[in-house]
Amino acid sequence: MTAAPVPGQSSRGGAASRTPLKHYVSAAPFDPYSVERMTAEQERYFLASQWRMMWWKLKRHRLAVISGAILLVMYASIFLSELIAPYNLHSRFTDFIYAPPQRVHLFHEGSFQGPFVYGYHYSLNMDNLQRIYTPKDGKTVPPDMAAPPPPEIQKLRFFCLGDPYEYMGLIPGSFHFICPAENGTMFLFGTDRLGRDMFSRIVIGTRVSLTVGLIGVSISFLLGIIIGGFAGYYGGWVDIIVQRVIEVLRSLPELPLWLALSAALPVNWSPLLIYFGITIILGLLDWTGLARAVRSKLLSLREEDFCTAAQLMGASPSRIIGRHLLPSFMSHLIASATLRIPAMILGETALSFLGLGLRPPITSWGVLLNEAQNINVVVLYPWLMLPVLPVVVMVLAFNFFGDGLRDAADPYK
Amino acid sequence: MLGYIVHRLLIMIPTLLAISALTFIIIQLPPGDYLETYIAELESQGESVDVEKIQQLKEQYGLDKPMIVQYLYWLGGLLQGDMGYSFEYSQPVSAIVGDRLFLTFVVTLATVLFTYIVAFPIGVYSATHQYSWGDYGLTFLGFLGLATPNFLLALVLLYMFNRYFGISIGGLMEPEFVDQPWSAEKMASVIQHLIVPTLVIGTAGTAGMIRRLRANLLDELQKQYVTTGRAKGLPPLKLLLKYPLRMSLNPFISDIGDLLPELVSGSVIVSVVMSLPTTGPMLLSALRSQDMYLAGSFLMFLALLTVIGMFISDLALAVLDPRIRLHGGATK
Repeated sequence: MTAAPVPGQSSRGGAASRTPLKHYVSAAPFDPYSVERMTAEQERYFLASQWRMMWWKLKRHRLAVISGAILLVMYASIFLSELIAPYNLHSRFTDFIYAPPQRVHLFHEGSFQGPFVYGYHYSLNMDNLQRIYTPKDGKTVPPDMAAPPPPEIQKLRFFCLGDPYEYMGLIPGSFHFICPAENGTMFLFGTDRLGRDMFSRIVIGTRVSLTVGLIGVSISFLLGIIIGGFAGYYGGWVDIIVQRVIEVLRSLPELPLWLALSAALPVNWSPLLIYFGITIILGLLDWTGLARAVRSKLLSLREEDFCTAAQLMGASPSRIIGRHLLPSFMSHLIASATLRIPAMILGETALSFLGLGLRPPITSWGVLLNEAQNINVVVLYPWLMLPVLPVVVMVLAFNFFGDGLRDAADPYK
Repeated sequence: MLGYIVHRLLIMIPTLLAISALTFIIIQLPPGDYLETYIAELESQGESVDVEKIQQLKEQYGLDKPMIVQYLYWLGGLLQGDMGYSFEYSQPVSAIVGDRLFLTFVVTLATVLFTYIVAFPIGVYSATHQYSWGDYGLTFLGFLGLATPNFLLALVLLYMFNRYFGISIGGLMEPEFVDQPWSAEKMASVIQHLIVPTLVIGTAGTAGMIRRLRANLLDELQKQYVTTGRAKGLPPLKLLLKYPLRMSLNPFISDIGDLLPELVSGSVIVSVVMSLPTTGPMLLSALRSQDMYLAGSFLMFLALLTVIGMFISDLALAVLDPRIRLHGGATK
């Protein structure tokens, strides 16, 4: 570029150089701030609050949004459990013990019927005393008959009155979103050894399983913030003691400790008290991770200028921690707490499965899985393992949602 | 280095003391003790109670003394290798638990090895093939392993292995080997039976390990020295193995501290389901029947296992990671 342009060789040469550009002057009035002024979109972005930015960032994380929606639906369902479940938690159908799941059909022999199930024909295998249920669909031949019985179509009813229940154990009612036909049955997930509908039990068990995690995490959250907050803010010997305690607690394997503590719950407690006892145990041993996170954040944040300023203005330590320090990394804390909930759900499931957790009549997914304790179930009644499905779905959803939250927690990155 | 080891060992002492105190409090928590329940049970059946023996037991373990004295008795016994007396089995604890502790150790070790062997290649693959179908698939599989309750997986796998490979259900060896001396066939049988528990207990830990290795390796791969190496024309495999992989190996070593409690927890519940002759089932029954010394020794042993694991991981980290300096050196 430094060399003089040679005519014909320069890329800019030719016609342009022969007709020079006209001197251009903008007629608009001079505005010295035009560079600094933002467009509407920029303004929206730069002036957005931290929570709004986190929401924008979270929205971009597809899987987290879907998981969040699943969580929302599941948690909403615990307010309507009895209405969603077609049966009462304790209704027993002695004619249908260990009945396999009934399939929902739409068409019978090619003609549209609306959603319906085929009635069950019951027979007993006299050799091994196994109950055999065959659908009366006009085709399947039961082992004790020569020809298929006449088809029996049981149309499902919607927004109907059915099995009576007590909403949350308080308000009696009988309204369901979906019910079996009059004198019919609807065992979408089969029945258990007492002939109780698995689907209803899973739906109602959701209430306990999901709240265990929430209450447990709330307890550990509170403990973690308080203990970690003081350790981080005061430092010194408080910090040393807390650190040692955390170290000891972390070197103890979780499950045996949970087992030992829940074995210590008095036998004569009511199931509801046991439920709260279990949630407290889950929370009591879980605060260490959060306390560590809080401590390390506080250690670095307390050196910041705004903290010194607050101190000089005479704010008390608890005000500085609660009002100035914690809010600056609350989002991180919430995200990591979210990631702890699935561990608690799994913990409750494991405890109840081993018979040291919740006790009937309180029903959770773990209590239901307690029935699936031996290998017979896997071979003969695999539908008794279905409560594991919501467990897996919830744990995955919490994990993905928590991951998304953690990424979104730092929206300025 | 020697100084560090000694220092680290000395730190373990107060930790273990605190753990033992905690354990003792926990096993003392249930109201009443085994002897009381035992006497009540015998009397309700109209049987005579061996007063002398019970009195002797009470005195030996100081059950009639205040809790702190009982704790000191117990601690003193532990230090001399006397783990106390199992009321349920009417035998000293050490006579019952020996084999079980050893087998627990074997199962845990096998699981750690399994976790490393599986997590390592998958983590490297996931990081080097980020956002490929393989990466997504393996990540999803890992998550699934994380989310499925161990005990159910154990049940299903037990059934499958029995159905398709003819391995007997439950136990750690074929029934005919149980009371026989160790032989090559017995070993083979044990190894066969180790597969399912290892697989099941390992799944959860493996998923976490894969994710951490992947994240670490991804961080390293984006650094400039990798670009420099590539620009200099290093072959990709050598470039990967020589620098970034070495740097991202730390979680493998340092995580053993987090991994062990997780595995021990997993092994407890899985061995209950699979009735393995490890600590799990016995711990559970001891907790149920308030057989406190038995339960206490198991809890202590499990905690000891993890504390020693953490110790080893700290040492290994200090040896293997050149960035960790023990001797101060230049400070700011």
